[in-house]
Amino acid sequence: MALKGNLRDFSTTQLLNLINLARKTGTLTIENAGNEEAHMSFQEGKLIYAHMGVEQDNHLAQILHNAGKLSKKQAHILETKVQGKSDKQIGHLLIQAGYVTQSDIIQSVRQNVLNVVYKMFTWAEGLFRFEANRLPSSSHITIPIDLESVIMEGSRRLKEWEILQEELPDLDISLHFTDRPDARLRNVNLTVEEWKVISLINPDNSMRKIAQANNLSDFAIRRIIYGMLQAGLVELTQQARPPKKAEPTQTTGRRKRAQTAGPSETPAARRSVVERLIHRIRGL
Amino acid sequence: MQAAKMVVTGPFSSGKTVFIGSVSEIDVVSTERKITSNAEQIKETTTVAMDFGRITVGDDLVLYLFGTPGQRRFDFMWDILSQGMLGFVVMVDSTKPETFREAKRILETFEGYASTPYVVAANKQDMEDAWEPEDLRIILRLKPEVKILPCVATDKETVKNVLLELLYSILEELDKEESAGQN
Repeated sequence: MALKGNLRDFSTTQLLNLINLARKTGTLTIENAGNEEAHMSFQEGKLIYAHMGVEQDNHLAQILHNAGKLSKKQAHILETKVQGKSDKQIGHLLIQAGYVTQSDIIQSVRQNVLNVVYKMFTWAEGLFRFEANRLPSSSHITIPIDLESVIMEGSRRLKEWEILQEELPDLDISLHFTDRPDARLRNVNLTVEEWKVISLINPDNSMRKIAQANNLSDFAIRRIIYGMLQAGLVELTQQARPPKKAEPTQTTGRRKRAQTAGPSETPAARRSVVERLIHRIRGL
Repeated sequence: MQAAKMVVTGPFSSGKTVFIGSVSEIDVVSTERKITSNAEQIKETTTVAMDFGRITVGDDLVLYLFGTPGQRRFDFMWDILSQGMLGFVVMVDSTKPETFREAKRILETFEGYASTPYVVAANKQDMEDAWEPEDLRIILRLKPEVKILPCVATDKETVKNVLLELLYSILEELDKEESAGQN
C-alpha cells in the first residue's frame, strides 16, 4: 500500500511520528520544489540512514571531512585510493591507521543523518513517498536513532507559526501525559524551558496557564507543546464544550445519547433496536 | 413506526453518497438547499446535497442513514443532523492525504456534538494509492478503542461490515452503561 502525499498536507514531524508509532521499515523520499531530493531510511521505526541526492555520493570520506575529522586533502586521497571499498571497510582502515576513532565515525555519521533530517523539517512543500522494506546498500554505515528525540529537535527548529497556530488553535485546552506504553520520556533530551512546561502538565492546567506561569509567549508554548505532541509524549485533553442554551439540563456539555425513538429509552429497548438492526444488516 | 438514525460524515467527496447508496433500499435522496451568507450579505448560489437512505427492519422499525454535506461552509447543518443519532461513521478517502486534516476536524466536531459511538471507514482501499487503515489511525490520532475499518463504498459487503462494527460498538457502550447502572 502506498504512503505518499505532499508536505503541504503533512509536516515532516507528522510523517516521522507515523513511522515511529507504526514501527515501519523502509525509505522515505521527499522531493521539494527546487528538485532537491532527500532520503531517510528506517528500520522498525528507528532512523538508520539519511542522505541528500544520490546515495552513491554519500561517501564516508566526505562525511568525515564535513565533520572536521579529515582534511579536504585527506578526504580526496581517500576517495580516489579506496574506490570500490564499502564505507564499513574504509572506516575500519581509518581506525587501524589511527586517523579517526570508532566514536568519531559513529558521531560523524549520526550528525550527517540528523543534518539531512533537520533540513527536511524546514521544507513546507514537497512530494513524499515511503517505500516499505527498501533499505540503503549494506556498504553504508547505519546507526539506529530514536525518532522521539529527532522529532523534538526538528520541532524546535520549526518556525512556521501558521502550522503551530493550526495544530494548536486553542490554548485553553489542557494536556496529559500519554499512557502509550512505549513512550520513552527518559530518552528524550529536553531543554530547560521544556522541563518547566513538563512539570506543569496536568489536566487542570491549560496551555495558557502553563505559558503564563513560565512567562512564555503564545508562540513559544505552542512550539514546545507541538514538539511534545508530535513525539507522542503528551496528548490533548478533550474539553467538555459549554452547554447550549437550548439544552439547560445537560451537565457534560455533550448531548446525552440520542433517544432515537420513544420506546427505545430504556437500555433494554435500545439494545433490542440495535440487535434488530444488526440482524437486518447481516441479512442485506 | 420507530426510526433509528445513523449519520455518515466526512470530507467533501469522501464517498458518503456511494456508501449510503450501497445499502439503502431506496435510491439515495439528495436534498438541495440554497443558502445566504449573512456575514457578507451576498447570496450564495451554491447548493448543498444532503444524502438520505433507508433500510427497513420491520413493520415497526426503520433505519435512516443521513449523509452530511462535506463542505466546511455547511457545517452548521451537522449539529442538526447529529440530533438523535445512534452513532456515526466518519468516511475518509484513503487516497487523498490532503483531506485527512479536514477529516480529523470533522471527527472532533461530531465528537463534541454527541457522546455516541463512531467508527472510521477508510474508503477506497481497493486503490493503489490508498493509505493503510492503521496509518490513518495514527494520522487522525484515533483513540485505541475507535475502530478504523477498511472500506470500498461500492462494495456492499465492506459497507455492511462498517455498519455492523458501528452497531457492535453501540452494543458495547450499552453494556458499559448497564454495568455502570448496576454498580
